[in-house]
Amino acid sequence: MASVILKLERVCKAYNVGLPTETEVLHDIDLELNHGEFLALIGPSGSGKSTLLNIVGLLDRPTSGRLLIKGQDTAVLGDTEVTHLRGHTIGFVFQHHLLISAFTARENVMMPMLADRGYPSAEIEARADRLLAQVGLEKFAGNLANNMSGGQQQRVAVARALAMSPDLVLADEPTGNLDTRSADAVFELMRQVNRDSGTSFLLVTHNMDLARRCDRIIEVVDGRIRA
Amino acid sequence: MNHWLPIEWTMAVRFLREGRLQTIFIIGGISIGVGVIVFMSAMLAGLQANFIKRVLTSQPQIQLLAPDQIARPLRNGPGEIEDPAVQRPSQRVISIDQWPKIRNQMQAMPEVVAVSPTILGSVLAIRGDASRSVNLSGIEPDSYFKIVKVPDYIVAGEPRLTSEDVIVGIELARELGASVGDKLNIRAASGATRVLTISGLVDLGNKSANQRICYAALRTAQSLLGMIGGITTIDITVNDIYAAENIAQRIQAANVVEADSWIKTNAQFFSAVQAQQNTNTLIRLFVGLSVAFGIAAVLVVSVIQRSKDIGILRAMGTSRGQVLRVFLIQGGLLGFVGSLFGAAMGAFALVYWHSVARQADGTELFPLILERSLFAYTALLATVTGLLAAMAPAVRAAKLDPVVAIRG
Repeated sequence: MASVILKLERVCKAYNVGLPTETEVLHDIDLELNHGEFLALIGPSGSGKSTLLNIVGLLDRPTSGRLLIKGQDTAVLGDTEVTHLRGHTIGFVFQHHLLISAFTARENVMMPMLADRGYPSAEIEARADRLLAQVGLEKFAGNLANNMSGGQQQRVAVARALAMSPDLVLADEPTGNLDTRSADAVFELMRQVNRDSGTSFLLVTHNMDLARRCDRIIEVVDGRIRA
Repeated sequence: MNHWLPIEWTMAVRFLREGRLQTIFIIGGISIGVGVIVFMSAMLAGLQANFIKRVLTSQPQIQLLAPDQIARPLRNGPGEIEDPAVQRPSQRVISIDQWPKIRNQMQAMPEVVAVSPTILGSVLAIRGDASRSVNLSGIEPDSYFKIVKVPDYIVAGEPRLTSEDVIVGIELARELGASVGDKLNIRAASGATRVLTISGLVDLGNKSANQRICYAALRTAQSLLGMIGGITTIDITVNDIYAAENIAQRIQAANVVEADSWIKTNAQFFSAVQAQQNTNTLIRLFVGLSVAFGIAAVLVVSVIQRSKDIGILRAMGTSRGQVLRVFLIQGGLLGFVGSLFGAAMGAFALVYWHSVARQADGTELFPLILERSLFAYTALLATVTGLLAAMAPAVRAAKLDPVVAIRG
């Protein structure tokens, strides 16, 4: 039986709690993601997909319910432990690439490792170069982020997400701003990583063609998972 | 990337480098502020040193005098006063009682640099038909010249004072039509007369003083003023000129003398020096504040501009502490680099102003004092100001909610 990487139990998320404007955007979400699984999360805009992704990514906390990552209940963790768990367990790929423009492609890939270790090293540089080679961008290692195309930047973002060998990669519409060819290439790249290293993926997408190529599809509508 | 440099430093430098124009402008602002501080501090220190040198090398810092003579009420017996009205007696010129003992005590004090016994009195300087009333100072040259730098003020002749010599002010010499080597007849109020040879002319920078000053050897003056073995003042210089009043008060409390410090006798000058120092401090404070607000404003904008970067860094596992340090380092670096340029600008402006600003006689307006400690102190102050100014923006950056930051 495959081990569970991620487990959500009756997770709710509300904003402006206690105020007249209180809004609940997620209702009793139950979800499990197994090791090596590639899951697509679909749903209309405003349905709560990104909120769910932020909670799973430990960028936000649920109002109620439990979030377990590798069996660890995250509710009991302080800010430092959450940062450490996020850095070592979860990789992110965002829709708008979000590379840091002051750094080169290689340095962007190095960033999660630098945040963890504090200092650069030859070992970290070598790993960044390997990851860039894996996404086919070894020739662009020295390019500043702004000097690359959208597709290239997104591939760098995928390499960066893999820097700490995470168990789970969260991708929030990573192909949303790319043309069909680039989108397909980035998706295939993630699928390849998933197959080769067993990294789990949770992919938020509006693209049904891509969603159908995932292992499983979960649809979120009005803050609830549609069965 | 430098392997020895912590990632926070690399990030701080890259962020500053990427916002090049912003960085250049704020460093320009800091440089001007620091330049003003360096320029003002060094120039005022020079001016002050010049004033103090002029005042304190032409007079002792503490002067011990015989105490005022007082009259006591006339009494018939214990508790019975014959006449309670007491008239202040005229003050005879008398010698300080047991002055060699007091001088030795003063010399033993660690705060005291030099001690010199002096006798002062009014005499007539006569040459031919011309005569002038002058102040005769009888001095021991070896010790007195350590207190009043008479040799520095000699404009003709030499600072020689044998029992037959006299050094006079240039105005007095001009009015008497005398020059170095000429004889002067010195006559005291008692009628005692000595003929002395002018060995040197002094210019104390003050016309009135130059009209009245007249130095003779201590024994010559004692003989002229009819006070053999006596002295009227003990002149003293101390290590810390600003402690002169405290030391004077201590001396007065422990001895039967009146002790006047330069601070007391030059109250107006001293308050002018103090006012100058206070003004300088205020200028530095306000310039420092404007520099601090400038740095803070730029970093606040930078935090807003970098909010997505901060969000992504936090998502990548960067701790709040690391984010805080990135912005603190930026503040410190801005302050430090600005202080280097500012110190250079201030020094350059000072050297230029020193060469341009001259007194009426063509001599320098102020001595050029560029101490390393001023630059080190300014760099430290600017760096600390930068760090403090960065505190609020850095805390704001560290507290940014990554979700909100990424969403922009």
